[in-house]
Amino acid sequence: MEELMDILTELHPDVDYDSCTTLVDDRIIDSFDIISIVSEVAARLDVQIPAEEIVPENFNSAKALAALIERLENE
Amino acid sequence: MQQRNVLEYLENTVKRLPGKTAYEGEDSELTFEQVYKSSRAIGSYIAAEAIYGEPVVIFMRKSPEAVAAFFGTVYGGCYYVPIDEEMPRMRIELILKSLDSKLMIVDEATRAKAEQFDFDGRIVNYEEISVLDEDKAALEDIRRRQLDTDPIYIVFTSGSTGIPKGVIACHRSVIDYIENLSAVLHFDENTRFGNQSPFYFDACLKELYPTIKFGASTVIVPRQLFMFPIKLVEFLNEKKINTVCWVVSALSMISAFGVLDKTVPQYLRTVAFGSEVFHIKQFNRWRAALPKARFVNLYGPTEATGMSCWYEVDREFSEGDVIPIGRPFENTEIILLDDDNKRATEGEICIRGTCVTLGYYNNPERTAEAFVQNPLNNHYPEFIYRTGDIGKLNERGELVFVSRKDYQIKHMGHRIELGEIEANVNSLDGIYSSCAVYDREKDRIGLYYTGSIDEKSLGAILKEKIPRYMLPNRTVRLETMPLTPNGKIDRKLISGLK
Repeated sequence: MEELMDILTELHPDVDYDSCTTLVDDRIIDSFDIISIVSEVAARLDVQIPAEEIVPENFNSAKALAALIERLENE
Repeated sequence: MQQRNVLEYLENTVKRLPGKTAYEGEDSELTFEQVYKSSRAIGSYIAAEAIYGEPVVIFMRKSPEAVAAFFGTVYGGCYYVPIDEEMPRMRIELILKSLDSKLMIVDEATRAKAEQFDFDGRIVNYEEISVLDEDKAALEDIRRRQLDTDPIYIVFTSGSTGIPKGVIACHRSVIDYIENLSAVLHFDENTRFGNQSPFYFDACLKELYPTIKFGASTVIVPRQLFMFPIKLVEFLNEKKINTVCWVVSALSMISAFGVLDKTVPQYLRTVAFGSEVFHIKQFNRWRAALPKARFVNLYGPTEATGMSCWYEVDREFSEGDVIPIGRPFENTEIILLDDDNKRATEGEICIRGTCVTLGYYNNPERTAEAFVQNPLNNHYPEFIYRTGDIGKLNERGELVFVSRKDYQIKHMGHRIELGEIEANVNSLDGIYSSCAVYDREKDRIGLYYTGSIDEKSLGAILKEKIPRYMLPNRTVRLETMPLTPNGKIDRKLISGLK
Protein backbone atom coordinates (compact mmCIF):
# COMPACT_ATOMS: atom_id res chain seq x y z
CA MET A 1 0.00 0.00 0.00
CA GLU A 2 2.84 2.36 0.86
CA GLU A 3 4.50 1.75 -2.48
CA LEU A 4 1.18 2.31 -4.24
CA MET A 5 0.74 5.60 -2.40
CA ASP A 6 4.19 6.66 -3.55
CA ILE A 7 3.28 5.88 -7.14
CA LEU A 8 0.06 7.88 -6.90
CA THR A 9 1.61 10.80 -5.06
CA GLU A 10 4.35 11.14 -7.65
CA LEU A 11 1.66 11.54 -10.30
CA HIS A 12 -0.42 14.12 -8.43
CA PRO A 13 1.29 15.42 -5.29
CA ASP A 14 -1.69 17.66 -4.51
CA VAL A 15 -4.40 14.98 -4.39
CA ASP A 16 -5.58 13.59 -1.04
CA TYR A 17 -5.69 9.91 -1.90
CA ASP A 18 -6.91 8.88 1.55
CA SER A 19 -10.27 10.53 1.07
CA CYS A 20 -10.80 10.83 -2.69
CA THR A 21 -13.15 8.23 -4.19
CA THR A 22 -13.80 9.98 -7.50
CA LEU A 23 -10.39 9.90 -9.16
CA VAL A 24 -11.93 8.83 -12.45
CA ASP A 25 -15.40 10.37 -12.18
CA ASP A 26 -14.02 13.83 -11.44
CA ARG A 27 -11.29 13.48 -14.05
CA ILE A 28 -8.54 13.83 -11.49
CA ILE A 29 -6.59 11.11 -13.24
CA ASP A 30 -6.47 10.79 -17.01
CA SER A 31 -5.50 8.14 -19.51
CA PHE A 32 -1.83 8.98 -19.13
CA ASP A 33 -2.06 8.41 -15.39
CA ILE A 34 -3.71 5.04 -15.91
CA ILE A 35 -0.87 3.95 -18.17
CA SER A 36 1.66 5.20 -15.62
CA ILE A 37 -0.06 3.46 -12.73
CA VAL A 38 -0.30 0.15 -14.58
CA SER A 39 3.35 0.25 -15.66
CA GLU A 40 4.65 1.42 -12.27
CA VAL A 41 2.62 -1.22 -10.44
CA ALA A 42 4.13 -3.82 -12.75
CA ALA A 43 7.66 -2.52 -12.24
CA ARG A 44 7.62 -1.78 -8.53
CA LEU A 45 5.09 -4.26 -7.13
CA ASP A 46 5.52 -6.97 -9.75
CA VAL A 47 1.77 -7.16 -10.32
CA GLN A 48 0.36 -7.18 -13.85
CA ILE A 49 -3.02 -5.50 -14.11
CA PRO A 50 -4.79 -7.19 -17.03
CA ALA A 51 -6.85 -5.17 -19.53
CA GLU A 52 -10.18 -6.47 -18.22
CA GLU A 53 -9.39 -5.01 -14.81
CA ILE A 54 -8.77 -1.55 -16.25
CA VAL A 55 -12.27 -0.29 -15.51
CA PRO A 56 -13.42 2.84 -13.68
CA GLU A 57 -14.42 0.98 -10.49
CA ASN A 58 -10.86 -0.18 -9.89
CA PHE A 59 -9.30 3.26 -10.33
CA ASN A 60 -11.69 5.59 -8.56
CA SER A 61 -9.82 5.47 -5.25
CA ALA A 62 -6.49 4.39 -3.83
CA LYS A 63 -8.42 1.89 -1.71
CA ALA A 64 -10.06 0.24 -4.73
CA LEU A 65 -6.73 0.07 -6.47
CA ALA A 66 -5.06 -1.45 -3.42
CA ALA A 67 -7.84 -4.04 -3.19
CA LEU A 68 -7.38 -4.91 -6.85
CA ILE A 69 -3.63 -5.35 -6.41
CA GLU A 70 -4.15 -7.53 -3.37
CA ARG A 71 -6.66 -9.67 -5.26
CA LEU A 72 -4.27 -10.07 -8.20
CA GLU A 73 -1.40 -10.96 -5.88
CA ASN A 74 -3.44 -13.75 -4.33
CA GLU A 75 -4.59 -15.22 -7.60
CA MET B 1 -18.09 27.25 -60.10
CA GLN B 2 -15.07 26.68 -57.91
CA GLN B 3 -15.82 26.15 -54.24
CA ARG B 4 -14.80 29.09 -52.10
CA ASN B 5 -16.67 28.58 -48.84
CA VAL B 6 -16.53 25.51 -46.57
CA LEU B 7 -20.29 25.73 -45.99
CA GLU B 8 -20.90 24.63 -49.58
CA TYR B 9 -20.07 21.13 -48.35
CA LEU B 10 -22.96 21.27 -45.92
CA GLU B 11 -25.35 22.86 -48.39
CA ASN B 12 -24.74 20.18 -51.01
CA THR B 13 -25.10 17.34 -48.53
CA VAL B 14 -28.22 18.56 -46.78
CA LYS B 15 -30.11 18.39 -50.08
CA ARG B 16 -29.13 14.77 -50.51
CA LEU B 17 -29.21 13.38 -46.97
CA PRO B 18 -31.27 15.69 -44.75
CA GLY B 19 -32.37 13.01 -42.29
CA LYS B 20 -29.04 11.24 -41.85
CA THR B 21 -27.17 11.67 -38.56
CA ALA B 22 -24.14 13.86 -39.08
CA TYR B 23 -22.73 14.12 -35.55
CA GLU B 24 -23.46 11.91 -32.60
CA GLY B 25 -22.44 12.77 -29.05
CA GLU B 26 -22.94 11.28 -25.62
CA ASP B 27 -26.26 12.99 -24.98
CA SER B 28 -27.53 14.08 -28.37
CA GLU B 29 -27.18 13.77 -32.11
CA LEU B 30 -27.86 16.10 -35.03
CA THR B 31 -28.92 15.27 -38.59
CA PHE B 32 -27.54 17.22 -41.52
CA GLU B 33 -30.79 19.16 -41.68
CA GLN B 34 -30.57 20.03 -37.99
CA VAL B 35 -26.96 21.11 -38.36
CA TYR B 36 -27.94 23.21 -41.36
CA LYS B 37 -30.91 24.88 -39.70
CA SER B 38 -29.18 25.52 -36.39
CA SER B 39 -26.08 26.95 -37.98
CA ARG B 40 -28.10 29.23 -40.28
CA ALA B 41 -30.07 30.44 -37.27
CA ILE B 42 -26.84 31.23 -35.43
CA GLY B 43 -25.42 32.96 -38.51
CA SER B 44 -28.55 35.06 -38.72
CA TYR B 45 -28.23 36.03 -35.07
CA ILE B 46 -24.62 37.12 -35.58
CA ALA B 47 -25.69 39.14 -38.63
CA ALA B 48 -28.46 40.82 -36.64
CA GLU B 49 -25.91 41.77 -33.98
CA ALA B 50 -23.89 43.43 -36.78
CA ILE B 51 -20.79 41.44 -35.89
CA TYR B 52 -18.76 40.61 -38.99
CA GLY B 53 -15.18 39.46 -39.60
CA GLU B 54 -14.59 39.02 -35.87
CA PRO B 55 -13.60 36.15 -33.60
CA VAL B 56 -16.54 34.42 -31.89
CA VAL B 57 -15.63 32.33 -28.86
CA ILE B 58 -17.36 28.95 -28.63
CA PHE B 59 -17.33 27.74 -25.06
CA MET B 60 -19.54 24.67 -25.11
CA ARG B 61 -19.38 21.05 -24.12
CA LYS B 62 -17.86 18.79 -26.74
CA SER B 63 -21.09 18.00 -28.54
CA PRO B 64 -22.80 17.98 -31.96
CA GLU B 65 -24.25 21.35 -31.03
CA ALA B 66 -20.75 22.82 -30.68
CA VAL B 67 -20.10 21.84 -34.31
CA ALA B 68 -23.29 23.61 -35.38
CA ALA B 69 -22.05 26.68 -33.49
CA PHE B 70 -18.78 26.54 -35.48
CA PHE B 71 -20.63 26.47 -38.78
CA GLY B 72 -23.07 29.10 -37.51
CA THR B 73 -20.15 31.41 -36.84
CA VAL B 74 -18.92 30.90 -40.39
CA TYR B 75 -22.45 31.58 -41.71
CA GLY B 76 -22.22 34.87 -39.83
CA GLY B 77 -19.00 35.75 -41.68
CA CYS B 78 -16.98 35.42 -38.49
CA TYR B 79 -14.36 32.93 -37.30
CA TYR B 80 -14.85 30.51 -34.44
CA VAL B 81 -12.48 30.08 -31.52
CA PRO B 82 -13.17 26.87 -29.61
CA ILE B 83 -12.47 27.00 -25.88
CA ASP B 84 -12.85 23.90 -23.76
CA GLU B 85 -14.20 23.54 -20.25
CA GLU B 86 -11.17 21.45 -19.39
CA MET B 87 -8.76 24.25 -20.21
CA PRO B 88 -7.43 25.89 -17.07
CA ARG B 89 -9.00 29.21 -16.29
CA MET B 90 -5.77 31.22 -16.53
CA ARG B 91 -5.18 29.95 -20.03
CA ILE B 92 -8.72 30.81 -21.09
CA GLU B 93 -8.28 34.31 -19.68
CA LEU B 94 -5.07 34.76 -21.66
CA ILE B 95 -6.80 33.61 -24.82
CA LEU B 96 -9.82 35.86 -24.28
CA LYS B 97 -7.52 38.80 -23.67
CA SER B 98 -5.63 38.22 -26.90
CA LEU B 99 -8.90 38.01 -28.87
CA ASP B 100 -10.93 40.90 -27.53
CA SER B 101 -14.03 39.20 -28.93
CA LYS B 102 -17.51 40.71 -28.92
CA LEU B 103 -19.44 37.46 -28.65
CA MET B 104 -19.23 34.15 -26.83
CA ILE B 105 -21.59 31.25 -27.48
CA VAL B 106 -22.12 28.96 -24.48
CA ASP B 107 -24.55 26.22 -23.51
CA GLU B 108 -26.52 25.52 -20.35
CA ALA B 109 -23.69 23.41 -18.96
CA THR B 110 -20.94 25.99 -19.41
CA ARG B 111 -22.87 29.22 -18.80
CA ALA B 112 -22.03 29.60 -15.11
CA LYS B 113 -18.34 29.11 -15.70
CA ALA B 114 -18.34 31.55 -18.64
CA GLU B 115 -19.85 34.29 -16.51
CA GLN B 116 -16.84 34.16 -14.20
CA PHE B 117 -14.43 35.07 -16.98
CA ASP B 118 -13.09 38.54 -17.47
CA PHE B 119 -14.96 38.97 -20.75
CA ASP B 120 -16.38 42.24 -22.04
CA GLY B 121 -18.43 40.88 -24.91
CA ARG B 122 -21.91 39.44 -24.96
CA ILE B 123 -22.53 35.85 -23.81
CA VAL B 124 -25.41 34.02 -25.50
CA ASN B 125 -26.83 30.55 -25.09
CA TYR B 126 -26.73 28.13 -27.98
CA GLU B 127 -30.15 26.86 -26.94
CA GLU B 128 -31.65 30.30 -27.60
CA ILE B 129 -29.95 31.42 -30.80
CA SER B 130 -30.00 28.08 -32.61
CA VAL B 131 -33.80 28.05 -32.82
CA LEU B 132 -34.26 31.57 -34.22
CA ASP B 133 -35.71 32.10 -37.70
CA GLU B 134 -33.11 32.41 -40.41
CA ASP B 135 -32.61 35.70 -42.20
CA LYS B 136 -32.05 34.45 -45.73
CA ALA B 137 -31.24 37.84 -47.22
CA ALA B 138 -28.64 38.61 -44.54
CA LEU B 139 -26.96 35.23 -44.99
CA GLU B 140 -26.86 35.68 -48.77
CA ASP B 141 -25.35 39.09 -48.35
CA ILE B 142 -22.62 37.70 -46.07
CA ARG B 143 -21.91 34.92 -48.56
CA ARG B 144 -21.42 37.44 -51.35
CA ARG B 145 -18.97 39.42 -49.25
CA GLN B 146 -16.94 36.42 -48.08
CA LEU B 147 -13.71 35.61 -49.92
CA ASP B 148 -12.00 32.25 -49.79
CA THR B 149 -9.07 34.00 -48.13
CA ASP B 150 -11.25 35.05 -45.18
CA PRO B 151 -10.60 33.22 -41.91
CA ILE B 152 -12.94 30.61 -40.43
CA TYR B 153 -11.24 29.60 -37.17
CA ILE B 154 -8.50 30.27 -34.67
CA VAL B 155 -6.97 27.44 -32.66
CA PHE B 156 -4.39 28.00 -29.95
CA THR B 157 -1.10 26.24 -29.72
CA SER B 158 1.65 26.24 -27.09
CA GLY B 159 3.97 29.26 -27.04
CA SER B 160 7.43 29.17 -25.49
CA THR B 161 6.98 32.56 -23.80
CA GLY B 162 4.07 31.22 -21.77
CA ILE B 163 1.41 32.83 -23.93
CA PRO B 164 -0.48 30.55 -26.34
CA LYS B 165 -0.43 31.49 -30.02
CA GLY B 166 -3.65 31.63 -32.05
CA VAL B 167 -3.28 30.12 -35.50
CA ILE B 168 -5.81 31.61 -37.92
CA ALA B 169 -6.86 29.74 -41.07
CA CYS B 170 -9.08 30.55 -44.07
CA HIS B 171 -11.66 28.74 -46.21
CA ARG B 172 -9.25 28.07 -49.03
CA SER B 173 -6.66 26.35 -46.82
CA VAL B 174 -9.29 24.15 -45.20
CA ILE B 175 -10.88 23.20 -48.53
CA ASP B 176 -7.45 22.36 -49.96
CA TYR B 177 -6.68 20.23 -46.91
CA ILE B 178 -10.00 18.41 -46.80
CA GLU B 179 -9.92 17.59 -50.53
CA ASN B 180 -6.42 16.19 -50.41
CA LEU B 181 -6.79 14.37 -47.10
CA SER B 182 -10.04 12.77 -48.29
CA ALA B 183 -8.37 11.56 -51.47
CA VAL B 184 -5.56 9.94 -49.50
CA LEU B 185 -7.74 8.34 -46.83
CA HIS B 186 -10.58 7.34 -49.23
CA PHE B 187 -13.40 8.89 -47.20
CA ASP B 188 -16.92 8.47 -48.56
CA GLU B 189 -20.57 8.53 -47.54
CA ASN B 190 -20.18 5.26 -45.61
CA THR B 191 -17.32 6.55 -43.50
CA ARG B 192 -18.06 6.42 -39.79
CA PHE B 193 -15.53 8.42 -37.86
CA GLY B 194 -14.75 7.86 -34.21
CA ASN B 195 -13.58 11.31 -33.11
CA GLN B 196 -10.88 11.48 -30.45
CA SER B 197 -9.36 14.93 -30.89
CA PRO B 198 -10.62 17.82 -28.79
CA PHE B 199 -12.49 20.45 -30.81
CA TYR B 200 -10.03 23.16 -29.81
CA PHE B 201 -7.35 21.62 -32.01
CA ASP B 202 -7.09 21.56 -35.78
CA ALA B 203 -6.93 17.75 -35.57
CA CYS B 204 -10.74 17.59 -35.48
CA LEU B 205 -10.93 19.11 -38.98
CA LYS B 206 -10.23 15.60 -40.25
CA GLU B 207 -13.64 14.44 -39.09
CA LEU B 208 -15.85 17.51 -38.94
CA TYR B 209 -15.38 18.66 -42.53
CA PRO B 210 -15.28 15.35 -44.44
CA THR B 211 -18.53 14.54 -42.63
CA ILE B 212 -20.32 17.44 -44.34
CA LYS B 213 -18.43 16.96 -47.60
CA PHE B 214 -19.48 13.33 -48.08
CA GLY B 215 -22.53 13.00 -45.89
CA ALA B 216 -20.51 10.72 -43.61
CA SER B 217 -21.02 10.45 -39.85
CA THR B 218 -18.89 11.38 -36.87
CA VAL B 219 -19.37 9.76 -33.48
CA ILE B 220 -17.72 11.69 -30.65
CA VAL B 221 -16.02 9.09 -28.48
CA PRO B 222 -16.58 9.95 -24.80
CA ARG B 223 -13.30 11.21 -23.42
CA GLN B 224 -13.35 8.90 -20.44
CA LEU B 225 -13.25 5.80 -22.63
CA PHE B 226 -9.67 6.58 -23.59
CA MET B 227 -8.73 5.47 -20.08
CA PHE B 228 -10.40 2.09 -20.37
CA PRO B 229 -9.20 0.22 -23.44
CA ILE B 230 -11.64 -2.70 -23.49
CA LYS B 231 -14.63 -0.42 -23.12
CA LEU B 232 -13.18 1.75 -25.87
CA VAL B 233 -12.98 -1.14 -28.33
CA GLU B 234 -16.49 -2.26 -27.37
CA PHE B 235 -17.72 1.26 -28.08
CA LEU B 236 -16.07 1.30 -31.51
CA ASN B 237 -17.81 -1.97 -32.33
CA GLU B 238 -21.17 -0.88 -30.97
CA LYS B 239 -21.03 2.27 -33.10
CA LYS B 240 -19.60 0.42 -36.12
CA ILE B 241 -16.71 2.87 -36.39
CA ASN B 242 -14.69 2.18 -39.54
CA THR B 243 -12.31 5.14 -39.57
CA VAL B 244 -10.16 6.68 -36.87
CA CYS B 245 -7.66 9.52 -37.07
CA TRP B 246 -6.14 9.34 -33.61
CA VAL B 247 -3.04 10.31 -31.75
CA VAL B 248 -0.60 7.45 -31.38
CA SER B 249 -0.97 7.34 -27.60
CA ALA B 250 -4.68 6.48 -27.89
CA LEU B 251 -3.89 3.57 -30.20
CA SER B 252 -0.92 2.29 -28.20
CA MET B 253 -2.99 2.40 -25.06
CA ILE B 254 -5.22 -0.30 -26.57
CA SER B 255 -2.42 -2.48 -27.90
CA ALA B 256 -0.05 -2.11 -24.95
CA PHE B 257 -2.58 -3.61 -22.56
CA GLY B 258 -3.00 -6.62 -24.80
CA VAL B 259 -6.60 -5.74 -25.59
CA LEU B 260 -6.24 -6.70 -29.24
CA ASP B 261 -5.64 -10.33 -28.22
CA LYS B 262 -9.07 -10.37 -26.61
CA THR B 263 -11.21 -8.12 -28.75
CA VAL B 264 -10.66 -6.32 -32.03
CA PRO B 265 -12.35 -3.21 -33.45
CA GLN B 266 -13.87 -5.31 -36.18
CA TYR B 267 -15.26 -2.56 -38.40
CA LEU B 268 -12.07 -0.51 -38.62
CA ARG B 269 -10.73 -0.25 -42.14
CA THR B 270 -8.77 3.00 -41.99
CA VAL B 271 -6.40 3.84 -39.16
CA ALA B 272 -4.73 7.22 -39.53
CA PHE B 273 -2.33 8.23 -36.82
CA GLY B 274 0.15 10.94 -36.36
CA SER B 275 1.95 13.66 -34.54
CA GLU B 276 4.02 11.20 -32.57
CA VAL B 277 6.37 8.31 -33.02
CA PHE B 278 4.50 4.99 -33.14
CA HIS B 279 6.62 2.38 -31.38
CA ILE B 280 6.97 -0.47 -33.83
CA LYS B 281 6.10 -3.10 -31.26
CA GLN B 282 2.70 -1.49 -30.69
CA PHE B 283 2.21 -0.71 -34.33
CA ASN B 284 2.82 -4.31 -35.35
CA ARG B 285 0.24 -5.52 -32.85
CA TRP B 286 -2.30 -3.32 -34.59
CA ARG B 287 -1.32 -4.50 -38.01
CA ALA B 288 -1.53 -8.13 -36.96
CA ALA B 289 -4.96 -7.56 -35.42
CA LEU B 290 -6.33 -5.73 -38.47
CA PRO B 291 -4.58 -7.25 -41.49
CA LYS B 292 -7.04 -5.76 -43.97
CA ALA B 293 -7.03 -2.20 -42.66
CA ARG B 294 -5.06 0.64 -44.20
CA PHE B 295 -2.58 2.33 -41.86
CA VAL B 296 -1.58 5.87 -42.71
CA ASN B 297 0.96 7.99 -40.87
CA LEU B 298 0.18 11.71 -41.01
CA TYR B 299 2.42 14.63 -40.24
CA GLY B 300 1.83 18.34 -40.16
CA PRO B 301 1.69 21.46 -38.03
CA THR B 302 -1.37 23.52 -37.08
CA GLU B 303 0.22 26.40 -38.98
CA ALA B 304 -0.21 24.48 -42.26
CA THR B 305 -3.88 23.61 -41.61
CA GLY B 306 -3.62 20.23 -39.97
CA MET B 307 -1.64 17.63 -41.83
CA SER B 308 0.84 18.17 -44.64
CA CYS B 309 2.42 14.75 -45.30
CA TRP B 310 1.25 11.17 -45.45
CA TYR B 311 2.66 7.72 -45.70
CA GLU B 312 0.55 4.61 -46.20
CA VAL B 313 2.28 1.64 -44.59
CA ASP B 314 3.21 -0.68 -47.45
CA ARG B 315 5.92 -2.85 -45.94
CA GLU B 316 6.99 -4.60 -42.78
CA PHE B 317 8.66 -2.60 -40.02
CA SER B 318 10.77 -4.16 -37.32
CA GLU B 319 11.73 -2.78 -33.94
CA GLY B 320 14.12 0.14 -34.23
CA ASP B 321 12.70 1.20 -37.61
CA VAL B 322 10.99 4.54 -38.03
CA ILE B 323 7.74 4.85 -39.95
CA PRO B 324 8.32 7.62 -42.50
CA ILE B 325 6.07 10.66 -42.86
CA GLY B 326 6.24 9.96 -46.57
CA ARG B 327 5.43 12.76 -48.92
CA PRO B 328 3.37 15.93 -49.02
CA PHE B 329 -0.28 16.07 -50.01
CA GLU B 330 -1.07 17.30 -53.50
CA ASN B 331 -0.63 21.05 -53.87
CA THR B 332 1.81 21.18 -50.94
CA GLU B 333 5.58 21.29 -51.14
CA ILE B 334 8.00 20.35 -48.40
CA ILE B 335 11.36 22.08 -48.62
CA LEU B 336 14.20 20.90 -46.40
CA LEU B 337 16.44 23.88 -45.62
CA ASP B 338 19.90 23.64 -44.10
CA ASP B 339 21.47 26.23 -41.78
CA ASP B 340 22.42 28.37 -44.77
CA ASN B 341 18.83 28.33 -46.06
CA LYS B 342 19.83 26.09 -48.96
CA ARG B 343 17.80 23.14 -50.16
CA ALA B 344 19.17 19.96 -48.56
CA THR B 345 18.38 16.27 -48.07
CA GLU B 346 18.33 16.85 -44.31
CA GLY B 347 17.20 20.10 -42.74
CA GLU B 348 14.31 22.10 -41.32
CA ILE B 349 10.94 21.07 -42.72
CA CYS B 350 9.44 24.12 -44.42
CA ILE B 351 6.01 24.12 -45.99
CA ARG B 352 4.85 25.90 -49.11
CA GLY B 353 1.34 26.08 -50.52
CA THR B 354 -2.29 27.02 -50.02
CA CYS B 355 -2.23 25.05 -46.77
CA VAL B 356 -0.03 27.67 -45.09
CA THR B 357 -2.34 29.52 -42.70
CA LEU B 358 -2.69 33.27 -42.25
CA GLY B 359 -0.38 33.44 -39.22
CA TYR B 360 -0.78 34.06 -35.48
CA TYR B 361 -3.68 36.27 -34.45
CA ASN B 362 -2.70 39.63 -32.96
CA ASN B 363 0.90 38.52 -32.86
CA PRO B 364 3.00 40.04 -35.67
CA GLU B 365 6.34 39.26 -33.94
CA ARG B 366 5.79 35.52 -33.67
CA THR B 367 4.19 35.45 -37.12
CA ALA B 368 7.23 37.10 -38.67
CA GLU B 369 9.53 34.53 -37.08
CA ALA B 370 7.79 31.47 -38.48
CA PHE B 371 5.94 32.64 -41.60
CA VAL B 372 8.81 33.88 -43.71
CA GLN B 373 9.74 34.75 -47.26
CA ASN B 374 10.78 31.63 -49.13
CA PRO B 375 14.58 31.97 -49.09
CA LEU B 376 14.77 30.15 -52.43
CA ASN B 377 12.74 32.91 -54.08
CA ASN B 378 13.93 36.51 -54.04
CA HIS B 379 11.75 37.70 -56.88
CA TYR B 380 8.30 38.21 -55.35
CA PRO B 381 6.59 37.82 -51.96
CA GLU B 382 5.97 34.20 -51.10
CA PHE B 383 5.48 32.94 -47.56
CA ILE B 384 6.52 29.56 -46.31
CA TYR B 385 6.07 28.17 -42.81
CA ARG B 386 9.17 27.06 -40.90
CA THR B 387 8.12 24.16 -38.69
CA GLY B 388 11.22 23.95 -36.48
CA ASP B 389 11.16 20.19 -37.16
CA ILE B 390 14.18 18.53 -38.71
CA GLY B 391 13.46 16.03 -41.47
CA LYS B 392 15.45 14.03 -43.98
CA LEU B 393 14.93 11.93 -47.06
CA ASN B 394 15.64 8.22 -46.62
CA GLU B 395 17.17 5.97 -49.26
CA ARG B 396 13.72 5.36 -50.73
CA GLY B 397 13.15 9.09 -51.16
CA GLU B 398 10.59 9.20 -48.35
CA LEU B 399 10.52 11.97 -45.79
CA VAL B 400 11.41 10.98 -42.25
CA PHE B 401 11.00 13.06 -39.11
CA VAL B 402 14.33 13.37 -37.27
CA SER B 403 13.95 15.73 -34.30
CA ARG B 404 13.04 19.21 -33.10
CA LYS B 405 15.31 22.23 -33.35
CA ASP B 406 14.17 23.60 -30.00
CA TYR B 407 12.43 22.58 -26.78
CA GLN B 408 9.12 21.75 -28.31
CA ILE B 409 7.93 18.23 -27.54
CA LYS B 410 5.05 15.94 -28.40
CA HIS B 411 3.43 14.40 -25.37
CA MET B 412 0.29 12.27 -25.56
CA GLY B 413 -0.34 13.76 -28.99
CA HIS B 414 -0.13 17.35 -27.79
CA ARG B 415 2.39 19.86 -28.93
CA ILE B 416 4.06 21.45 -25.94
CA GLU B 417 6.78 24.05 -25.50
CA LEU B 418 8.77 23.15 -22.41
CA GLY B 419 9.44 26.88 -22.19
CA GLU B 420 5.72 27.51 -21.65
CA ILE B 421 5.71 25.25 -18.59
CA GLU B 422 8.82 26.99 -17.25
CA ALA B 423 7.43 30.46 -17.93
CA ASN B 424 4.30 29.61 -15.94
CA VAL B 425 6.29 28.16 -13.06
CA ASN B 426 8.76 31.05 -13.02
CA SER B 427 5.91 33.57 -12.86
CA LEU B 428 4.91 32.31 -9.40
CA ASP B 429 5.97 34.03 -6.20
CA GLY B 430 8.36 31.84 -4.26
CA ILE B 431 9.90 30.19 -7.30
CA TYR B 432 13.56 30.96 -7.95
CA SER B 433 14.21 28.91 -11.05
CA SER B 434 12.78 25.96 -12.92
CA CYS B 435 13.62 23.54 -15.67
CA ALA B 436 11.22 21.26 -17.53
CA VAL B 437 12.70 18.21 -19.21
CA TYR B 438 11.20 15.49 -21.34
CA ASP B 439 12.01 11.81 -21.14
CA ARG B 440 11.23 10.60 -24.62
CA GLU B 441 11.69 6.96 -23.76
CA LYS B 442 8.98 7.02 -21.13
CA ASP B 443 6.98 9.93 -22.56
CA ARG B 444 7.15 11.81 -19.26
CA ILE B 445 7.62 15.47 -18.43
CA GLY B 446 9.79 16.22 -15.42
CA LEU B 447 9.83 19.55 -13.63
CA TYR B 448 12.75 20.55 -11.42
CA TYR B 449 12.72 23.79 -9.50
CA THR B 450 14.15 25.74 -6.60
CA GLY B 451 12.08 27.95 -4.33
CA SER B 452 10.00 28.13 -1.21
CA ILE B 453 6.85 26.43 -2.54
CA ASP B 454 6.55 22.71 -1.80
CA GLU B 455 5.77 20.19 -4.50
CA LYS B 456 2.21 19.63 -3.37
CA SER B 457 1.22 23.31 -3.51
CA LEU B 458 3.01 23.83 -6.80
CA GLY B 459 1.07 20.94 -8.32
CA ALA B 460 -2.21 22.50 -7.24
CA ILE B 461 -1.31 25.97 -8.55
CA LEU B 462 -0.13 24.66 -11.90
CA LYS B 463 -3.47 22.97 -12.50
CA GLU B 464 -5.03 26.42 -12.58
CA LYS B 465 -2.53 27.76 -15.07
CA ILE B 466 -1.66 25.16 -17.67
CA PRO B 467 -3.65 22.45 -19.44
CA ARG B 468 -3.54 19.00 -17.92
CA TYR B 469 -1.59 17.52 -20.78
CA MET B 470 1.20 20.00 -19.96
CA LEU B 471 1.32 19.13 -16.28
CA PRO B 472 4.61 17.52 -15.28
CA ASN B 473 4.41 13.81 -14.53
CA ARG B 474 7.07 14.28 -11.91
CA THR B 475 7.81 17.41 -9.88
CA VAL B 476 10.97 17.69 -7.81
CA ARG B 477 12.18 20.53 -5.65
CA LEU B 478 15.96 20.96 -5.67
CA GLU B 479 18.18 22.69 -3.13
CA THR B 480 20.17 24.33 -5.88
CA MET B 481 19.70 24.44 -9.62
CA PRO B 482 22.59 22.78 -11.48
CA LEU B 483 24.25 25.25 -13.83
CA THR B 484 26.65 24.89 -16.72
CA PRO B 485 30.03 26.66 -16.61
CA ASN B 486 28.36 29.48 -18.58
CA GLY B 487 25.78 29.95 -15.85
CA LYS B 488 22.89 28.48 -17.81
CA ILE B 489 20.60 25.83 -16.37
CA ASP B 490 22.25 22.49 -17.02
CA ARG B 491 19.44 20.73 -18.91
CA LYS B 492 21.58 17.78 -19.76
CA LEU B 493 22.45 17.07 -16.16
CA ILE B 494 18.84 17.56 -15.08
CA SER B 495 17.59 15.21 -17.79
CA GLY B 496 19.75 12.53 -16.18
CA LEU B 497 18.32 13.04 -12.65
CA LYS B 498 16.28 10.14 -11.38
